[in-house]
Amino acid sequence: MEIGSINLVTLIATLMVAAVPIMLAALGELVVEKSGVLNLGVEGMMIMGAICGFVTAVATGNPFLGFVGGAAGGAALALVFAFLTQSLLANQVATGLALTLFGLGLSSLLGQGYNGIKPPPTGAVPFGPLADIPVLGTILFSHDWVVYFSIAMIAAVWWVLKSTRTGLIIRAVGESHDAAHALGYKVNRIRLACILFGGALAGMGGAYVSLVRVPQWTDGITAGAGWIALAIVVFASWKPWRVLIGAYLFGGITGLQLSLQAAGSKIPVEYLSMSPYLITILVLVIMSSGRASQNAPAALGQNFHAAR
Amino acid sequence: MLRRTLLTTAALGFGLALSGTGAMAAGMDHVKACFVYVGPIGDGGWTFQHHQGALAVQEAYGDKVELQWQESVPEGADAERVLTQMALGGCNVIFTTSFGYMDATNAVAAKFPDVKFEHATGFKRDSANVSTYNARFYEGRAVEGVIAGRMTKSNKIGYIGSFPIPEVVMGINAYYLNAKKVNPNVELSVVWAFTWFDPAKEADAAKALIDQGVDVIASHTDSTAPLAEAAKTEGKVIGFGQASDMSEYKDGPRVTSIIDNWGPYYVERVGALLDGSYEQKDTWAGIAGGEVLIGEISASVPAEVKAEAEKLRDDIAAGTVHPFTGPINKQDGSAWLAEGATAPDGDLLGMNFYVEGISGDIPQ
Repeated sequence: MEIGSINLVTLIATLMVAAVPIMLAALGELVVEKSGVLNLGVEGMMIMGAICGFVTAVATGNPFLGFVGGAAGGAALALVFAFLTQSLLANQVATGLALTLFGLGLSSLLGQGYNGIKPPPTGAVPFGPLADIPVLGTILFSHDWVVYFSIAMIAAVWWVLKSTRTGLIIRAVGESHDAAHALGYKVNRIRLACILFGGALAGMGGAYVSLVRVPQWTDGITAGAGWIALAIVVFASWKPWRVLIGAYLFGGITGLQLSLQAAGSKIPVEYLSMSPYLITILVLVIMSSGRASQNAPAALGQNFHAAR
Repeated sequence: MLRRTLLTTAALGFGLALSGTGAMAAGMDHVKACFVYVGPIGDGGWTFQHHQGALAVQEAYGDKVELQWQESVPEGADAERVLTQMALGGCNVIFTTSFGYMDATNAVAAKFPDVKFEHATGFKRDSANVSTYNARFYEGRAVEGVIAGRMTKSNKIGYIGSFPIPEVVMGINAYYLNAKKVNPNVELSVVWAFTWFDPAKEADAAKALIDQGVDVIASHTDSTAPLAEAAKTEGKVIGFGQASDMSEYKDGPRVTSIIDNWGPYYVERVGALLDGSYEQKDTWAGIAGGEVLIGEISASVPAEVKAEAEKLRDDIAAGTVHPFTGPINKQDGSAWLAEGATAPDGDLLGMNFYVEGISGDIPQ
């Protein structure tokens, strides 16, 4: 299975890995936005996760603990956001942007002395003979655990939001916090939990960049992935499976355009470089044409204060 | 960002009202030297090396010099704001350390004739207070090319380009020509990343090349990510340290490196401000001038290849060899350099073509 001289199987396997950081971050942000909170600090939480995960993994020698550390780092930064917006009722947009700047600076400070160190490797999950199946083995059974975890999380979030009472409450809070409050739900507490969840997933996404995709620490390592995650949430019209499609499209076309270049494709490089952004946006817009704006949580970005 | 814009605009108006009061004496007792960086200092490459140069200035002149720097300044309108702020903030000399700051540097320099501007890798000197400086990195690329040509087993070598500017294109050509000279079967794949710094993308670019069977990768981006990607192949793929020695990969894929050594130039220029001998100029030094250093060639390179590479390095330093020596044709087959002719600097600084044998087009 080859296009030109590009191996399609390798490409799919690569895109599944490349998409993990934005997919995790976008999924976390989806839950946050579903609860009515707009946290623009995804980039900041990701990079905090990247450095915290890196430091933890290096200190303990255990890559799994690294991801736990990354999630904790992202959640810690999200906690700052939650305090400012939920307790002090600060403007969510401004706070989120500030959170990104803060995260970038703080991660750079924490990362002093970690340049050039190699983290413990995160190996592929041993599937035994399954990994040797031609084509499917490489695509499905040759990855590290985080790849499977990210897909499982998509399914879990989809199920929770759609079919459980918890999901119903989260959506209720995001659609009309006054109504949810009148029913006796603790709006701010539910939002706090969602913000922490979003931070933890963004942190894990960041840790995946520094522990697996580019196994090293450099300042600014996430280089804008958080913004792409934010955009994917909107274009996926707040639907978990579309987040997966968006992340795979983006990751896949980014990988494909570089492979096409390396293989000496005749398509001009300018078109190849812009294609990931263009195609991802186009596809998601077409998929959600007309209904996207209606799907946004009604109370998105509005602070809630239980005055009555 | 909005708040910063507002502050800058206000400050600019205030500063214009006061301008003309800060006349510069022949020599100075105290110099505030400011640096604008395109990436974070911790990139381990390009910006890191500029910062090392800045620190060398501090070391050379102690408290006669005050340093100020700003990291990760985007090329474009933001750069102009940062430069204006620095000029208003009392900087005597401002070093702008990326090609993309060229227009911003010249625009701001025209407004602040008393402040000296030094633009790295550019060619525009619109006002008398703008100097440019660069290093002949292509000389280092030639040395890398020799090693690449000798070391490749698949006869496929790769180059991760950042942006299609003459600086990068001449690096690609020098790398290819010298690899071809020692290994006529060599093929070059170029991948344009369209970024100076994005570790994940740089790693993807390296991976795309490796998937195509490339086993020697040179990169023209700023981070160590391509080396980290090469390290995953456990010795099958080698690469080079770029801008900085990147010696942390010495036992892995890194076989040598091009080190940008800006310290001597920065020390000289700030020193000239202090003693009053400062003049506008255009500097382009290379291996001979010490601005380009070739990092230690690691033990994984066979001794005879190492000797060959080191000989080329020394010959370039001595001036007996020029990496671009004719006969060289352009990609379309038209003649560029005649037998024995060497490339004039003007041709190199405006280089927008591949030499014969490289496939693919340069994005225009």
